[in-house]
Amino acid sequence: MNEFLEFVNSNLQITYILILSIFVGIEVIKSIPAVLHTPLMSGANALSGVVIVGAILVMLHSAPDDYLALSLGFIAVVLGIINVVGGFAVTNRMLRMFKKKK
Amino acid sequence: MGIVLNIIYLIATITFIVGLKKLGHPETAKNGNLIAAMGMGLAIVGTIFIHDLNISPVIYILIGLAILIGSIMGWLIAIKVEMTKMPELVSLFNGFGGASAALIGLVEFSKNVDDSMQAITIVSGIIIGAITFSGSLIAWGKLNGSLRSVVKIPQYNAINNIFFIGIIAFAIFMIAAGEGSQIAIYGLLAAGLIYGILFVLPIGGADMPVVISLLNSLTGIAAAITGILYSNMVMLVGGILVGSAGIILTVAMCKAMNRTLGSVIFGAFGGDNTVTGENKALGSIKTTNPSDVAVMMNYATNVIIVPGYGLAVAQAQHVIHELEELLSKKGVNVKYAIHPVAGRMPGHMNVLLAESNVEYNMLVEMDDINPQFNNADVVLVVGANDVVNPAAHNDPASPIYGMPILDVEKAKHIIVNKRGMNAGYAGIENELFYNSKTSMLFGDAKAALTDLVAELKNM
Repeated sequence: MNEFLEFVNSNLQITYILILSIFVGIEVIKSIPAVLHTPLMSGANALSGVVIVGAILVMLHSAPDDYLALSLGFIAVVLGIINVVGGFAVTNRMLRMFKKKK
Repeated sequence: MGIVLNIIYLIATITFIVGLKKLGHPETAKNGNLIAAMGMGLAIVGTIFIHDLNISPVIYILIGLAILIGSIMGWLIAIKVEMTKMPELVSLFNGFGGASAALIGLVEFSKNVDDSMQAITIVSGIIIGAITFSGSLIAWGKLNGSLRSVVKIPQYNAINNIFFIGIIAFAIFMIAAGEGSQIAIYGLLAAGLIYGILFVLPIGGADMPVVISLLNSLTGIAAAITGILYSNMVMLVGGILVGSAGIILTVAMCKAMNRTLGSVIFGAFGGDNTVTGENKALGSIKTTNPSDVAVMMNYATNVIIVPGYGLAVAQAQHVIHELEELLSKKGVNVKYAIHPVAGRMPGHMNVLLAESNVEYNMLVEMDDINPQFNNADVVLVVGANDVVNPAAHNDPASPIYGMPILDVEKAKHIIVNKRGMNAGYAGIENELFYNSKTSMLFGDAKAALTDLVAELKNM
């Protein structure tokens, strides 16, 4: 428990951001109408591909002869970018179909 | 160098929030998506090039190659997928995101095993990432029909829960003992993967919108955890936004089906209590034919169409749009009533109809359309069943009792198109079909609607 409190104390900024972004997320998304729930989900899905930043960091920090770390990082980057590119592309494709009568 | 990268991450984070906000309105949604995509691109490029590390060119080449391969694959999947397959696609992409988070954890654990808070972060990233990955793949398999059976063994939930507690206990042991061996980490990964399979496998098809939303949320949480690990704000905030979106949609879907999250996870639909024995006494059904329906609609003032997933299965979205246009031209006021769980994921039916060029302002959500059924002369129900089942209002013994439904019963005439008299997705009898105001238009949705359109054109 002590260790946890110390962690929170030494990472106050992150803790604040964590809590505030939960509220921002809920407030922003709550008002989205049901019509747009599928694009919202696939768009959010693309955003979760932001883990690719971590995957790139893994590769950048690996020694060129650390084959295990490099191959795991490589796969993580491939999967992450599929998530990002595919997610944004399919969301865009869907949203282009939404039309309104003039 | 660090300053530039931090500013880039800050900008990317803002684009995520603004992008999501803009996704909330049909007119700004496309821009919102592009803004977020640009922010993401910026964050990725910045991460690769802005740092003080001395990187060997081989690694740059590898990163470039990985990005190239993944981008091409993602792009091809995205432009080829059919809109009916959206739930599968989201599950699949979701699984990839989760896998990515788990792999990062694998590499980082051995480096950080001495710092117990870091180790906790990494271990939770591995477990959540692994569960999301295998769970999403199972959801994908179930949605595309390659995994059909709903596994039902006694004590399934108990076994599942014990297994999950076992994983947590093992993870705590690893952290407490500073156990950083590869075998232990891979063991943990494997356990997470197995739990993901066990967790999604027994969940019934009707509950899939909930599962997809939940898994989406978990991927976001995995991303946020990875952000904490690297003290990286763009990952943290991005992940949390996704996590919130997923949770909100999960709750919305549960409400729309009148199910608690617990009952979705811990019990499949269609158990033993569905057959109540009273079903036989429901009365007789009336059948009708396309030309009678055409006459009825031709002289109606207000028509409401209730589309269900069966419409998409029969590939009848285009015909229904034709019908709606034809009626509008004749001066009939036509609207679509969209139940929140119409389709296989939240909002799915809207996308399917938008693809057939139906204007989104004709799609009316349940709460807004329900008061309008009173004034409707004709309601046409196509490929929907449980979402119009009055048992949800008046049969406390029914498994769907309490679920919010579209109040089609209030309309003057109800036309139900179905292939036969089979029960709906949840396996429950529908007394709406026996209502004196209801006429059944039997036949394949596409064929029946095509006939209806032809009849209308002749009038």
